[in-house]
Amino acid sequence: MISTQRIARVAGYGMTQAADAYVYRPTCVEEINKIFDEARTAGRKVTLRGAGRSYGDGNIGSETLLIDITRMNRILSWDASTGIIDCQSGVTIENLWRFCLEDGYWPPVVTGTMYPTLGGALGMNVHGKNNYCQGTMGEHVIDMDVLFPNGELKTLTKDDDLFYAVISSAGLLGVITRVKLQMHHVASGNVDVWAEAAQNWDEQFALFEKYEHNSDYMVSWVDCFAKGAKAGRGQFHGAWYKDREDLASRVAEKQDLPALILGFFPKSLVWKVLKLVCNRPGMRFLNAAKQFASSTIGNNKMHDQSLVAFSFLLDYVPDWRKAYEPGGFIQYQTFIPKEHAKAVFAEQVRLQQEYKLESFLGVLKRHRPDKFLFSHAVDGYSMALDFKVTAKNRVRLWELAHKMNDLTLKHSGRFYFAKDSTLRPEDAAEYLGEGLPKFRKLKSKLDPEGLLVSDLGRRLKLS
Amino acid sequence: MKYQTAIVVGASSGMGRELVRQLAASGTKVAAIARREERLQELVNEFPGLVTPIVHDVTDHDAIPELFQTITRDLRGLDLFIYNSGAMPIVEVKEFTWEKDKQMLDVNISGAVAWCNQAADRFLHTNHGYLVGIGSVAGDRGRHKQPVYNASKAFFHTYLEALRNRGVCVSTIKPGPVDTEMTAPLNMKGMMSAEQAATIILSKADKNGEHYLKLAHRIAFYIIKRVPSPIFRKLKI
Repeated sequence: MISTQRIARVAGYGMTQAADAYVYRPTCVEEINKIFDEARTAGRKVTLRGAGRSYGDGNIGSETLLIDITRMNRILSWDASTGIIDCQSGVTIENLWRFCLEDGYWPPVVTGTMYPTLGGALGMNVHGKNNYCQGTMGEHVIDMDVLFPNGELKTLTKDDDLFYAVISSAGLLGVITRVKLQMHHVASGNVDVWAEAAQNWDEQFALFEKYEHNSDYMVSWVDCFAKGAKAGRGQFHGAWYKDREDLASRVAEKQDLPALILGFFPKSLVWKVLKLVCNRPGMRFLNAAKQFASSTIGNNKMHDQSLVAFSFLLDYVPDWRKAYEPGGFIQYQTFIPKEHAKAVFAEQVRLQQEYKLESFLGVLKRHRPDKFLFSHAVDGYSMALDFKVTAKNRVRLWELAHKMNDLTLKHSGRFYFAKDSTLRPEDAAEYLGEGLPKFRKLKSKLDPEGLLVSDLGRRLKLS
Repeated sequence: MKYQTAIVVGASSGMGRELVRQLAASGTKVAAIARREERLQELVNEFPGLVTPIVHDVTDHDAIPELFQTITRDLRGLDLFIYNSGAMPIVEVKEFTWEKDKQMLDVNISGAVAWCNQAADRFLHTNHGYLVGIGSVAGDRGRHKQPVYNASKAFFHTYLEALRNRGVCVSTIKPGPVDTEMTAPLNMKGMMSAEQAATIILSKADKNGEHYLKLAHRIAFYIIKRVPSPIFRKLKI
């Protein structure tokens, strides 16, 4: 029998999907092997989980033995002359920048929050606002150790085909236990940030095209409530690393986000205020207000911003997801080839308005393709959306998502398992194409007992 | 579907059987537990793929922890647990037969605790799930006809209250006479059907507290519980 003390309810970050699982927090490879053995004895499966920052059901597994890798958080070696760091996979993006920035290095790819672990980030092969020029996190891995359920511990490099399968496989092929990563050199802890308002879809895409060859980061906010000629309006941000050495700005304490918003309001309370406006009228107003500010006082301006403040917008408001309680929210992000992106995103927003289920936040990013097995990226754009889930809107929201999924597939678009909650098995099969049978073949070889599962894998019938 | 997964202990007849049927009809995956395999098979035939039959005697207390884990593993979770097993052999006035009493203690107390402990332990750790205990109005007073049955249900009510006080969401159901195999020998009239009782039980399954199935019972037992013992003794009810 498994100790009943281990059972806990674990949820995806969006809080819409949860599962009861037996949680283990190993500290080394040997302990992970023991968990695999215990699972075999109990006739159960195993699920991998990093910091639990995937929004849907990729990091949960009902009734499984859940390996939470957050205690495998040791930095094993650091070479400040080359920027190469070797660490256990439970090390987070925050651990990385806090450790390396003072020596002039920044993680090559960061998500909108600093809390994901490297293991989780590589399982989902995350991207950041620089995907169009730096690719995904996986592209910066020099080598990594992976423990497969069959007991093999392999060191994989870019010369191994398996490298491109394990990274992006959503934790379904093996446990990444150690990662050697090439960090990115930065002279300063600050970036130059350019803000420019876009009044419609045409202007949005024109801004990305204008800056894509000479910027280090690009991202744009979209007001999903705007209609007609104003549809697609928002605010573009481009950012550039600074060339001038600035040690003072690289000290971790200088990067910490302020505890107060506007100098007086504790940011730990902001989610409570957000909760008051976390509804259609409130968000319509907030989006309009932001557009007004973006087009007036914040327009066409270059400003200095710390790397942390620019990169980790989601961490500005602690516990921001609580604003979506009790039903939680889904993140929805699709990746569309550049030829069709404008039309598809415009239609996705129109559909949201038709359903009266507008995303409270829309974020556009530019991407480039990569060679990972379950790649989400395309030579094109993605639009990330946040939808509040309630008992009343759930059925209609999923109906809307399925329509947007169909639209995406029709235009050779792709999806992102770190955020997915709405794909159906047939959608996943179409999106993954030849990648799915390849994955299944690898799975049968490396995990013949089918020990590694997740609720996402079960939902999409990946294996 | 309100509950994805459920366990019903005491599922082969009466309210338990109806609870399984109504849960399965709403799409819930139910593990139906009882001794009589053929009765369980009827439920499986009626709801293939939704009802899992588990042949088990609740007096086999030592088998329960492992069986509980196996069931929850195979169900892939547990949202609702209902302990419905109960024994009420016919006891004549002034009869003191230990075998009959022991049967009631084994099923109504030891079996109940052995099963509900598993569910409560799990629900406390996960902070998720509803526990329903089928008690009885008989547990509200010590009546002369059924001393042990009354006491066993009183024990169950108190035990369930304690689980509530530990933080588990527990619904204690106190049915009056319901038309089941157990009450058939009583030859009572005007009993509630098992189907109707199951519907009411499921409507109260997620409501922490004690629940009667009829407002009339609630009022009547509010009064009965407060009748002083010397008077209650003379009422002979």
